[in-house]
Amino acid sequence: MDIISNRKLYTVIGASSLGTLIEWYDFYIFGSLATIISEKFFPPGNPTAAFLATLATFAAGFIVRPFGALFFGRLGDLIGRKHTFLLTLIIMGGSTFLIGLVPSYESFSLAPAVILLLRLLQGLALGGEYGGAATYVAEHAPANRRGYFTSWIQTTATLGLFVSLIVIITCQQTLSKEAYNDWGWRLPFLLSVVLVAFSIVVRLKMSESPLFSKLKKEGKTSVNPLKESFGHKTNLKMVLLALFGATMGQGVVWYTSQFYAQTFLLKTCNIDATQANTWMGIGLLIGTPFFVIFGSLSDKIGRKFIMLAGMLIALLSYRYIFTQFYNYADIKQKTEIVDKTTVNVTRAADKAKPQDSVITTTTNKSFTDGSSYLEVKKETILADKSTTAPKPSIKKTVTLSDSYQWKVIGFVFILVIFVTMVYGPIAAFLVELFPTQIRYTSMSLPYHIGNGVFGGLVPFIGTLLYEYSKTPANPPGDVLAGLSYPIAIAAVCFIIGALYLSNKQQKQAITD
Amino acid sequence: MNALRRTLGLAWVILGPAAVIFLIYEAYGKIMAQPTQDVYLPWIIIITIFTPIAIGMVIFGLYALKGEYDR
Repeated sequence: MDIISNRKLYTVIGASSLGTLIEWYDFYIFGSLATIISEKFFPPGNPTAAFLATLATFAAGFIVRPFGALFFGRLGDLIGRKHTFLLTLIIMGGSTFLIGLVPSYESFSLAPAVILLLRLLQGLALGGEYGGAATYVAEHAPANRRGYFTSWIQTTATLGLFVSLIVIITCQQTLSKEAYNDWGWRLPFLLSVVLVAFSIVVRLKMSESPLFSKLKKEGKTSVNPLKESFGHKTNLKMVLLALFGATMGQGVVWYTSQFYAQTFLLKTCNIDATQANTWMGIGLLIGTPFFVIFGSLSDKIGRKFIMLAGMLIALLSYRYIFTQFYNYADIKQKTEIVDKTTVNVTRAADKAKPQDSVITTTTNKSFTDGSSYLEVKKETILADKSTTAPKPSIKKTVTLSDSYQWKVIGFVFILVIFVTMVYGPIAAFLVELFPTQIRYTSMSLPYHIGNGVFGGLVPFIGTLLYEYSKTPANPPGDVLAGLSYPIAIAAVCFIIGALYLSNKQQKQAITD
Repeated sequence: MNALRRTLGLAWVILGPAAVIFLIYEAYGKIMAQPTQDVYLPWIIIITIFTPIAIGMVIFGLYALKGEYDR
């Protein structure tokens, strides 16, 4: 392999990481704006159903990722890494931009279907992007520092979320609430086209991976990457081991720590969206350098130890950390300043059906720890008494006092550390497991099943389990029920990884 | 350790179908209790996705049983 100068190597990392970061940004803004998307694009009615519908769409984006991995992975092993992950960038940027242009359900009845289609395209593109970027960087990096160099790609997933939160919060803060709810939420989607255009220009200037170029020159590229990856036992057994012994657990740890935590703070703890997102963002930013630290450390002590340690600590501490989040926001555990409590009741005609009226009860409470609570209850009174009135909608918002800021950020930071331990070394681990001819295809599938299916479904299954834990005997349900899924998956993955993975296998590395 | 790796192969072979049967059993109970789209749709999605993965788990278990992961 040609010796590549450090300067060129950092250019490769910069260009690859920028594109991957933008793809993650595109992918995340949909998830971060799930609540407003649910209101705009899905038929109104039961808010939980609408939310689940959005999460289902969210999950659909993840579920198609393995198909994207197969499609683009095959393409990348046939025609090269550079052109393939350029294509994924264009598809991702185009889909994101178009989501920002789709009219809401009220004026366009096909909106839910169009949104779902665009979301599927996003998932397909992401399925092809990551494997390409990780492979491309790994094939440029020296063998003894592959963990370090590929870990820069790993930071993009968290930085992409961070950038998406910054853009969303900026839009929320600079626009009036009405303007944001009306059209401002579209801005993060529309901004994507500028970011993607810039990244395309950067990536066009890059050259093909040296290892792939060498194979191509020698006529040794794979003729049928899918068959060679999954039709031969020697490779298939490594694909399965990568999935069940590493990416499955890594995926659930990542999505629980980053996304389910966010859903939990917003939906279960009812913490004010700007406050929760800001604190999440700070925790993510402080934790991000640890991707590189653990990636680099994996070059010295091996990938397996770090990934499995992260998985084990995460599954043992999740319940404690999420309990703390819940306790901080639980108003039953706070002392109310009764004199400051206000209740305001208004009655107005229903905007959609003027013959009906809506009673809005707004309750404000303050607590001795400086936190406050806002509850807005809307009850529809039907003019036609023979029909059943819809269930009253209740929106609860807890604004925590500043004294909780560093406690929440601290726990978010710990959650991010788990992510950095399992995710920092994973790209190097995967690329070293498979030969260059079929690397893009072989590493992409277990990565995207682990992350897309097992990980991507964490918020969806978590919310579902929480809803199911609400019984007549226990109406509030078990707020930690949703954690059972990631804990169980991470535990099985830890056992398989500890028994079957070997650091030696990974050190066979890329020797072509 | 190789003996343990092989023996646990059987556990992985059983875990695949057991997980799918558990999901179907849970889905049946929940759907029968409340046969609405909000309930059955997520379950259909989950079972459809996890079935091929469960097959993969069975294959993984068989490889482990045969000593393919021995060192």
